Amino acid sequence: MLDLQGYGPSIFNGAILTVKLAIFSLIIAVLLGLITAVARYSGGKISSAIALAYTNLVRGVPDLVLMMLIYFGLQVGLNNFSEWLYELHETYAINAFYIEQGWLTLSAFYEDGMYITIDEFSAGVLTIGFIFGAYMGETFRGALLSVDKGQLEAATAYGMSDWQVFRRVMFPQMMRFALPGIGNNWLVLVKTTALVSVIGLSDMVKLAKEAAMTTYEPFLFFIPVAFVYLAITTVSEIVLKYLENHFSKGVEGH
Amino acid sequence: MLDQLVALLEQNEMFTPSILNEYWDGTVLTVQLTFLSVVIGFFLAVPLAIIRTSKYVWLSRTIWLFTYVFRGTPLLIQLYLIYYGVTMIDGIQDSPIWFLLEDAFYPCLLAFVLNTAAYSTEIIRGSLVTTDKGEIEAAEAYGMNYWQILRRIILPSAFRRALPAYSNEVIFMLHATSIASVVTLVDITGAGYNVYSRFYAPFEAFIFAGGIYLCLCFAIFAVFQRLEKRAFRHLA
Repeated sequence: MLDLQGYGPSIFNGAILTVKLAIFSLIIAVLLGLITAVARYSGGKISSAIALAYTNLVRGVPDLVLMMLIYFGLQVGLNNFSEWLYELHETYAINAFYIEQGWLTLSAFYEDGMYITIDEFSAGVLTIGFIFGAYMGETFRGALLSVDKGQLEAATAYGMSDWQVFRRVMFPQMMRFALPGIGNNWLVLVKTTALVSVIGLSDMVKLAKEAAMTTYEPFLFFIPVAFVYLAITTVSEIVLKYLENHFSKGVEGH
Repeated sequence: MLDQLVALLEQNEMFTPSILNEYWDGTVLTVQLTFLSVVIGFFLAVPLAIIRTSKYVWLSRTIWLFTYVFRGTPLLIQLYLIYYGVTMIDGIQDSPIWFLLEDAFYPCLLAFVLNTAAYSTEIIRGSLVTTDKGEIEAAEAYGMNYWQILRRIILPSAFRRALPAYSNEVIFMLHATSIASVVTLVDITGAGYNVYSRFYAPFEAFIFAGGIYLCLCFAIFAVFQRLEKRAFRHLA
């Protein structure tokens, strides 16, 4: 049997962190992608220009550079924000500031000096979500454009509200066109999560690397981790196939 | 105009000539890594794609396994396996190929070549299998043998149809080379990181690095647009 020399449990925790990170990032990416796609599809001049700049700039720069920019930038930005809060504290005597929203923890304390921290996991989720929001935006835009305009007009003519048209006619068909793209983005996203190890998050790549460096057994640790990624990819592909069939039910030939 | 630029450069303390030189050296390394891995990867991918479409199942399955593994795992893991894995094998430090492995450049290049070869193989295979059956039958009717058909009919049209997807792969490779900075190489990302840690100025350092990547992207894009124009001129 595979003997991970006592590092097994910690790498398993790292694998769970990877999966959590990927799923939360996907949610952020899908939301951002929908917003950008709608902004470009039916937004005003300014909002569609912002959406265009976002999708093209983010897709033109490597993930790692963006990750460092956002992650290290966030820290500096938060420091500046802390200073601003400190001034507030000086002027208005506000003493603590704490937001906890389940996965996001933002906190500031005023006892030993001033600092605000955003935990690494949230920073990772926000960063990857932000990057893949741009890719999702392009996917959703293509899907929105593929839905037959006549059907939307027909639905409006039946007296449905904008929201009803979106939910009953637009969304189910859009999903069919968007699914292959979402699937591809998801597979790339899962692999991109490996990069968070570089900015200090303890995902399975980082833990495996530490174990490999201490034991001088690189293959023993990197190969199982590679297999975990392969397993995630394989399961994702099966689920995607099922979803594609599900959303294609109304189409001939399925 | 130039005087203003000089004045601007003299005023700022960050983008001095020596820092700009660091970025330039990084750019050279990034371009080298991208160019070499794409070119070598392409020449590996063509025969692999042809074997992948072979009628001998075990042959095509073997290539499929290679592409499945390399496309299904992160490039970072592949790089770690090669960079740390191969260099820690017992006795490799005394072997004659050690001078290649000592420098992080060659392990990086090997990881990138294998990775891009896997993706390119699937891209080329995709366009090989969609070749018009009629064209192949016509070539057979002319009495061409398999190699002639491959060289004269299948490959030229497959390359043409693979171009748009392949240009994406090249841009993807440009971005992927940023991982080289993780194993001590100073490419554009590495230069950006050094500048960041010296000045504690993430926005300036990484946005400048990102700008260089964007310019390289546009350059690659322009090259492929010309190639596509040439490849499809018979349709114009």
